[in-house]
Amino acid sequence: MTTAKDKIRSIGLAALATGMMTTAAFAADDTIKVGVLHSLSGTMAISETTLKDAMLMLIEEQNKKGGLLGKQLEAVVVDPASDWPLFAEKARELLDVHDVAAVFGNWTSVSRKSVLPVFEELNGILFYPVQYEGEESQRNVFYTGAAPNQQAIPAVDYLLENEGVERWVLAGTDYVYPRTTNKILEAYLKSKGVTDADIMINYTPFGHADWQTIVSDIKTFGTEGKKTAVVSTINGDANVPFYKELGNQGIAATDIPVVAFSVGEEELAGLDTAPLVGHLAAWNYFQSVESDENAQFIETWRAFTGDDERVTNDPMEAHYIGFNMWVDAVEKAGTTDVDSVIDSIIGVSVPNLSGGYSTMMPNHHITKPVLIGEIQDDGQFEIVDQSDGLVAGDAWSDYLPDSAKLISDWRSPLSCGNFNVATATCGGKGS
Amino acid sequence: MSYIYRLLAALLLVPLLLTSAGAQTELRDLVNALSGGKLSARAAQIEAIAATGNVHAVPVLRALQDGTLYFRKSDKQIFLTKKSGKDFVLSDPLTLETIATEPRKAFTKVRVNNALRRQIASIIGTMTLHSDDPQARIAAANSIRKTGEAANLPTLNDAIKAEKDGAVLAAMELARAAIILKTDATVDEKVDAIERIRTAGGTSAIPLLRTLAKGSDATLSKAADAAIAEIEQAKALWNIGQTVWYGVSLGSVLLLAAIGLAVTFGVMGVINMAHGEMVMLGAYTTFVVQELIRNNYPGLFDYSLALALPMAFLVSGACGFAMERGIIRFLYGRPLETLLATWGVSLILQQTIRTIFGSTNKEVGNPSWMSGAYEFGGLTLTANRMWIVVFAMVVFSALFIVLKRTGFGLQMRAVTQNRKMASSMGIRTPWVDALTFALGSGIAGIAGVALSQIANVSPNLGQSYIIDSFMVVVFGGVGNLWGTLVGALSLGIANKFLEPYAGAVLAKILILVFIILFIQKRPRGLFALKGRAVEA
Repeated sequence: MTTAKDKIRSIGLAALATGMMTTAAFAADDTIKVGVLHSLSGTMAISETTLKDAMLMLIEEQNKKGGLLGKQLEAVVVDPASDWPLFAEKARELLDVHDVAAVFGNWTSVSRKSVLPVFEELNGILFYPVQYEGEESQRNVFYTGAAPNQQAIPAVDYLLENEGVERWVLAGTDYVYPRTTNKILEAYLKSKGVTDADIMINYTPFGHADWQTIVSDIKTFGTEGKKTAVVSTINGDANVPFYKELGNQGIAATDIPVVAFSVGEEELAGLDTAPLVGHLAAWNYFQSVESDENAQFIETWRAFTGDDERVTNDPMEAHYIGFNMWVDAVEKAGTTDVDSVIDSIIGVSVPNLSGGYSTMMPNHHITKPVLIGEIQDDGQFEIVDQSDGLVAGDAWSDYLPDSAKLISDWRSPLSCGNFNVATATCGGKGS
Repeated sequence: MSYIYRLLAALLLVPLLLTSAGAQTELRDLVNALSGGKLSARAAQIEAIAATGNVHAVPVLRALQDGTLYFRKSDKQIFLTKKSGKDFVLSDPLTLETIATEPRKAFTKVRVNNALRRQIASIIGTMTLHSDDPQARIAAANSIRKTGEAANLPTLNDAIKAEKDGAVLAAMELARAAIILKTDATVDEKVDAIERIRTAGGTSAIPLLRTLAKGSDATLSKAADAAIAEIEQAKALWNIGQTVWYGVSLGSVLLLAAIGLAVTFGVMGVINMAHGEMVMLGAYTTFVVQELIRNNYPGLFDYSLALALPMAFLVSGACGFAMERGIIRFLYGRPLETLLATWGVSLILQQTIRTIFGSTNKEVGNPSWMSGAYEFGGLTLTANRMWIVVFAMVVFSALFIVLKRTGFGLQMRAVTQNRKMASSMGIRTPWVDALTFALGSGIAGIAGVALSQIANVSPNLGQSYIIDSFMVVVFGGVGNLWGTLVGALSLGIANKFLEPYAGAVLAKILILVFIILFIQKRPRGLFALKGRAVEA
């Protein structure tokens, strides 16, 4: 039996080894460390691994340009393994043990919520690159993804104006981002005169695979004589079977268009998109954007990954913007000291990939263009609508009664993430 | 919709124009103009093409709708394209002659959006109403019915007068009825139209009838209400059938995922946490086989799944065999250690796949016979689900025959029931153990081929099915194949009947609660094994 035990032990070790794929960095003092906090295993690895690679590329490019403040940058990659509490532990490790100057990371809102107290306690900087539900503004966090008014609301406006949609299905995965977004959208639609009977809200578990009933419900909901559309906040893996079922049940985009907030080029890579042509997505960036910066970015990305079919997506652009803003802010402040950078980054403008400039606002959100794209048969998006100019991210939605009164401004003297303009006090919801 | 009238006027001139070279040049200029201009200008461009009334415009419009109309970046020349590897096979948009094969990079697609696609569908509808092909005429009538443009009525009336084919005539009359309800025709005419729609059945007319039922005319709204009631009553009956079908379909997916486990866990009693990864290996084998076929023998693509089946069985089976010989055989009788070790193996397999193939989803295509849906009365059977139900039953029967009718099956049952006795009868029990485990794993691999058609092919594929699989086997009764079948189907159907009332999240919770209670009452599941084998 000893042999057996040895074998088990070795298997156990192997399992441990895969769990701890941490690229530990023991660096000399003359480097500036940048933390990368993205899941490289577990359910979110599908989306987050790409962002880790994007960060490594950005850091490598910056080093080629001579680094920052005369020092080389050094990436410290940790793997929180799609485990929300582990995100907090790994964030603590990055700030405490590795003493990183800034952290780029997280995808799901629940993981962001889990690391917030750590960044506040240890006074770190986090750049969060994914579209999210808003209702948050924290001193140590910079939100480079879209707030609801930079993605969800314009998408609904597009359907109202261009497709004349009167009936709405709000379908989402059952967690905080879809629930909050749908709450905002419901309030918004009602403010536009849509009645309760014309809104259907549906939630499904993570990784939901059997969409037959729901898709046929949507089909029935669409036969009421009014133009119907689906607003999808379905996240992650559940999208593939959802779209496959739509295609199979013959719901074409010309009948019932689906506009998605979590489906990008990367997610479509696992799909035969021919039956989906015409369905929509709203983002602040598409790979198909025509600009010199974007062409350059795609080329660098493909060279870096060694894969000339590799796609880019919106959260990658958010990291691109966030990283460059941080670099600019550090150069402006002349130091990587957290408090100085937090002060100097507000107002920093850097080029985004759609040919314009994005600026960091006092509420720690950024200005971005809003793009609406239709899915094409090659897995890319055709841009069919674009906001006039840039839209500034709004931390607190104007359509929810208890957050409409709140504003966020981290410049002194206000220096508050949830200032209530009605009572003129800092604090309230979300404090 | 003024273009319709212009189109009508133009249609009268068609015979004259067709012969003239001038009309061709005009159309070619209009078509080539599509390469320029913004998306907002495209509606006018399409209208202009339609206004020529030239039937040669139909393939161009259809290609525009399907997104196969491209222009060459260098000279803005428009072509119909067909993908062929990294190249396009180009054909002339008007004569349809194949011209050349050129690299795709040199071309840009002519952009359209949903509104334009709808416009094109309506135009093609009116333009193909006089086509020689009856199927094309039916399609034309249907698209006219869908768009319901009142301006199409005169064209439609002409077509009805000229039509001889019964099926086409019925489709056209239905389209006419749908349009008449929208015009200011007399009440009698409208009642006739409602009658026609009612007899045709189908839910697509309900929205139209609803607006009528709300209208001011009493006779009309009464007739519409009656028609709605009748259509909906028929629909309610079909709906029950549809829900049962959804349940059977979900059940067959559960069955496929669980059936391999019914062998490794049910028969052998090994708690195999890496079962899901065997399913995943099967799905990835399908992906690899499809890639090979796509790159080397694209003509064989429709048979890719048939080729993937034996490969998946071998890959997963071999992996299972190695697992049994390498790890599990040292752990018989120690369930906790088995559980931990197999869980470790599952992590290793996931990470290995992630390292080799990357963490993103892989695209496994549906062969043409597995795409789309069949309409059967009021039922919609999607092709991929239907074939999976059939496939699950075939796999079940095959496994059943192996267990009950072959020498290997007999040895397998003998070993699991009484190992010592089987051994003293000359059966090589370790060998049988290994083969049984390989069989269970191989079947999981086959299930992976089927699941690749409806689920994500990602390293996490297995995890999403492992809980469901254990649930089915435990509920059905450990060690009983029939139990797995009945368990899977009843869980599937129960889930689908609960879902409309409770929502997808709650339905799943209710099912779990039910199983917990059920196991309290009957710890050995639905079909409990009896006799001495239970104690072994």
